Order: sequence, then C-alpha cells, then structure tokens
Amino acid sequence: MSIAIERNASHFALVGAPNSGKTALFNALTGARQKVANYPGVTVERKTGAIQTPAGNRVIFFDLPGTYSLRGRSPDEEITRDVVLGRLASEPRPDFLLCVADATNLRVALRLVIELKKVGRPLLLVLNMIDIARRRGIDIDLAKLSAELAVPVVTSVAVRRGGTEELLRRIDELAAAPQIRRENTWSPPSNSDLRAAQREADRILRVAIAVPPKPDTLTARVDALLLHPVGGLLALLFLLFIMFQAVFAWARPLMDLISAGFEAMGGLVHDVLPDGLLQSFIQNGVISGVGSVIVFLPQILILFLFILLLEDLGYMARAAFLMDRIMGGAGLHGRAFIPLLSSFACAIPGIMATRVIDSRRDRLTTILVAPLMTCSARIPVYTLIISAFIPDKPVWGIVRLQGLVMFGLYAAGILSALGVSFVANYFFWRDNATPPFMLELPDYKIPRLRSVVIGVYTRAMMFLKRAGTTIFSMMVLIWFLASFPRPPLGAADPAINYSLAAVIGSWIEPLLAPVGFNWQISVALVPGMAAREVAVAALGTVYAIEGGKEAAAQIGQALASKWSLATALALLVWYIFAPQCASTLAVIKRETGSWRWMAITFTYMLALAYVAALITYKVASALTG
Amino acid sequence: MHNDVGPESTRHGLPLGLARRGFRGRITTIEVGSGAQGPTATELERRLLELGFVEGASVEVLHEGPLGHDPIAVRLNDTTIALRRREAMAVYVT
Repeated sequence: MSIAIERNASHFALVGAPNSGKTALFNALTGARQKVANYPGVTVERKTGAIQTPAGNRVIFFDLPGTYSLRGRSPDEEITRDVVLGRLASEPRPDFLLCVADATNLRVALRLVIELKKVGRPLLLVLNMIDIARRRGIDIDLAKLSAELAVPVVTSVAVRRGGTEELLRRIDELAAAPQIRRENTWSPPSNSDLRAAQREADRILRVAIAVPPKPDTLTARVDALLLHPVGGLLALLFLLFIMFQAVFAWARPLMDLISAGFEAMGGLVHDVLPDGLLQSFIQNGVISGVGSVIVFLPQILILFLFILLLEDLGYMARAAFLMDRIMGGAGLHGRAFIPLLSSFACAIPGIMATRVIDSRRDRLTTILVAPLMTCSARIPVYTLIISAFIPDKPVWGIVRLQGLVMFGLYAAGILSALGVSFVANYFFWRDNATPPFMLELPDYKIPRLRSVVIGVYTRAMMFLKRAGTTIFSMMVLIWFLASFPRPPLGAADPAINYSLAAVIGSWIEPLLAPVGFNWQISVALVPGMAAREVAVAALGTVYAIEGGKEAAAQIGQALASKWSLATALALLVWYIFAPQCASTLAVIKRETGSWRWMAITFTYMLALAYVAALITYKVASALTG
Repeated sequence: MHNDVGPESTRHGLPLGLARRGFRGRITTIEVGSGAQGPTATELERRLLELGFVEGASVEVLHEGPLGHDPIAVRLNDTTIALRRREAMAVYVT
C-alpha cells in the first residue's frame, strides 16, 4: 500500500485545524498528481502528491486529517499524530511540517503551531485565505508574527491561480537549506499546557494582528435566518425537500434514458445472436445486470452534489446544530445527521462519513442505524411492488395512495432508526457518559466548482466500481443459478424449475413461508444480498425465464397475478429492515474493525425484518381474507 | 435548569450554559462541575481548551437551538462554536 520512500525527495506534511482550507491548498499544490489510498489497517484516507518545484526539487506532500492538537482522539487524528511523529512504519517521517491556518481565524491555529514546534522538525506557518482576511481589514504583521512565534510565515490563496507561488519559493528554500533537526520533545499536552499555549497564542495575536472592530457580518446575517429556531428549521426542511425532489424527480429523465439504452442494447443482442445460452447470458445476465445498477448513478450524483455543495458552503455544521437536540432525544449525535443523510443515497458512503464523529460510541450507534435509512437501492423494489399492488387513487387533495405508501416506507425507516438508536444507547452504553457535542461553525464560503467536481467524481467512481464488481458478479451468478442445470429434453415445466436456483429457493422457502414468501421470492433474496435492487432484476430473471419474454417486460403484471396483496406488503416491510446488502455489511466490518458489529447489525436487522414481515402478512391476510 | 445555579456558580460568575441569546461577557474560569468526574471531567475540560475556551476570552451567545434553546452557538473571540448547554456549564463567564 505504501509508496516507496524516495531518498532524494523532501517530504512535507500538511497539518492544520478543520476548516483551515488545508485540502484546498493540497489540491492547489499537487493538482491532478495526487494519490488517494488508505493507511494500512485503518480506513483513514491517505492523500499524497509528488511535484517538481520551480527550482527543480522533488517534493512529496502529505495531506493529513484536520486536527486541533496532536493528541489523537479519533482514528483520523491518531493518523495525523503518528505521521507527524514518524511512528508509522509504513510512512517516512516528514522532513518539514506545513502548518496550514485560516488567516481569518488564527487563534486556535497559533496554539497548534506552538505545539508543533516541539516535534523538532522545521516548521512553516502558511496563512491561507489571506485574500479574505485582507478584504475584511484584518491587518497581519507577518514579520512580527514570525518573530514572536520563531517560525517562518508565508501567505497563500489556495483557490486562486498563482496563489501558491510564494509558498513554493519558501518550500524550495527549505528543501535546499541544510536541515536542522532537533529532538522531538512533544508529549501529550496537559490541561495546563493547553491553557498556557493558548494564552501565549492570544498574546502573539494581540501584538501581531489588528482586527477591525466590526468583523465580517455576512455570515452573521445569514445565520440570523438559517439558525433561527423556527426559520432555521423551515429552511432545513425546505432544503431537504428540494434535495429529495431533485433526487427523485430530476433524475428521472436521465434514468429513463439509461434504462431505455440498456433495453435497446439487450434487444440488439437478442436480434444479432442466435437463440441459446450465449444470447441469454449476454442479454439477461450481463446487460440487464449492469443496467439495473448504472440506472442509479444519476440519483447518487445529484445527492452527492447537494451534500458536497452544502458541506463546502459551511451549512452542514449548521444542520448538525439544528438537528442535535432533535436527534439527541434518540441518543444520536448532531454530527450523525450528515452520515444519515448520505445513507438515503447509499449506506456505504454514509457509514464511511461517520468518520467525522470523534466519539466511538456515537459513531457505532450511527453505523448501526445507517442501513435503516431508505437507500436508493430499495426504491426499485418499492416502486415495483407499489405500482403492481397499490391502486393509484387520490386520498386527499393531491396526495395519492401510492405516494403515501412510499412516504410511509421512508418514515418507517427513519422512525425505526431512531428507535434502534434509543435501544442501543440503553443496552450498550448505559454506563458511559454522553459524549459532548462541540463543533466549529465555519464562515460561509462560496463552494469551489473544482473541489465539488472532484468530490462527486470520486464518489461516482466508487459506486461504479462496486457496480462493476460485486453486483455484476452476483448478477452473473443468479443467471447461472437460474439457467443450470438445463432442463431435460421434452420437459413439461419451465426451465427454471430444474435449475439450482429452484433448489436453493426450496431450502429457504420453509423458513420464509410463514411471512408469505414463495420460492421465487426466496430465490431472488439470495442475489439480492449483492445489493437490494438486484432482487428486482432477479425476480425479473426468475419470472422472465419462467414465463418468456413478454413477462420480462412487465414484471409488475406478472407479480400482481402471482402474489397475494399480503405477500407483497410483507415483502415491502421486509425490505425496510432486512440486511439485504453484502457490501454494507463488509463496510461495517471494515469501518468498525470488528466482526462483532457486523454480526450485531445483521442479526438485529434480520430479526426486525422477519418479525415485521410476519406481523404484516398475518394482519394483511386476515383483513383481505 | 435554574436549579443548577448553586453557590459554586456565583463564585466564578455565571455558567455559560445558563446564558441566554444576546449574552456578552468574558470567560473567568473553566471548571467541570460535579456532574462529571475523573477522566471524563479532564477530557471535557481539554476539549473546551482545544477549541479556544480559555480564561479571558470574550464570548457572545449568538444562537440557540430550536428545542429547549439547546445547543447554543457561541462567538468565541473570532470563531463561532456550537456546543450543548450541558457542556457549556463548565465555562464560567461574567
């Protein structure tokens, strides 16, 4: 995993508090020449980039996770500490430290500089966003600041072309000069050390920096509305409404286009290739398999576009502020809002986003309930069953029954997540004190197109990679299971009744019969473990192969004629809870570093699904006779 | 919540956790009260210090959360920090 340590290159580690613009500076310095991987054994992103400086020096930059001190509270912060101190065997100890600070917000950054001086490596303080500071009339005496700190200081504007020229010049000077390395005298600072360091930082601020009496009030004016107890919540609800409207309505034309494209491709294959195994494999296995996954890409892109825009704008911390008390009632941290919101697209990025929660307890609770959020992959299952079984009649005004059922499924997911979190807090964490909620509300900033594009792109690639590997191979597997062994010559029953899929279905069926599932559903649930939406394609495959080509085009009609309403409702309820996603379970295992949490998630979800589906089936059967 | 105002709180001023929106003042001391003990108390104090809550810093309560006026957003010198009132009880202000 680790890149080879280059002897003739200088290693610069970028250290800084959250919101210091460190990553923007890293992007500006390294451009497209960056490598993103994971640190061995942990899921912290390892970002490095090698460049050739104007003076011809080879420099490798490390972008380290944001931290307020080297103490290492979360996995991210521990990595920062260990890399800075050279404690990781896989990483070279950095030759130089670049402490990145937001020039408009130096107070905490200067304390970090004072702490970093003890590490014994040459240190350069980079005052980022200096343009914003100057515009606000913040007057920084660079010479005095540098003299008081005994650390060289340089300014930069990460987001503007040429904004890093001065920084690169200083980097060349550092790389060329003979290195003076002192002993590392860092030890975890005590509370009185922290106090003393902050007082010293405040003293330096007073002598080196003049802040105008009236600071920037744009953020304050916007916050007066967005953090208003009533207006703020309404604004948040409105934003969520727009977001979901975009995810579900705006993505529709693109999704229709994609599915039509794949259908046409399948038709082409059907016409070109002779009837037989190869034709069936390419049309029903490969093309419809890949298509059933790619079709979600527009939704995922739109959702991430919103999340990244709101994050870069500085709104996400405000959302956490507004939601903290509301979610706190169920024992969730305000910061869990962002991961849980992401989970509406897909639980995998949602679970990965829990890394921002520094308390292990809050993080585990969030991971536990994230899969209950209605992810995009459930939508095709819900849509298929709702359109086949729920009549599209008006209920009240413009509210129609189908939409109401869909809303109910979303609400059931959210409510059960709150309930599970409440119960988890009671069972697992009864003896622990509630971890604190403290976070900085950064000033609003206009999002940079470039960083948003990079973010959306990496997430899209992550999703496609998953589609290209796990889901695709499961699709091929279901095709294989449904096609082999071939039926004997002159067989009277449909071919699938002789296949392996039928054998597996008949094994699971007795267990699922009490909740009203027939063997076709039982068969479809197995490949549905690859990803929930695969179950739709699998049902299609099962019924298409059984009923011929016409049924494949109208899976819904086929289901409506073969299932009872009680079965359909039970399957809907099953999908709210069931741990029908191997990738999510794998990510939980990776993120928590233990099989235990994966097993707990799997078990509680399966138990909830079974019980809820059972109740639904019994009640619905009784009511419908 | 006003039951929490004991003799301790008057010694160093008002706990920030009781301050209402619009309050302006200076931090007199950081002291985690009897509610938390041992490592939890030290840890909470340390986290407050790391965010810049130290004696002498100026504070202003800018916003209150929608439910129960909790959490609060505090202007701390030149930054804005959101924290729950429970944690803000450790910060005494005048």
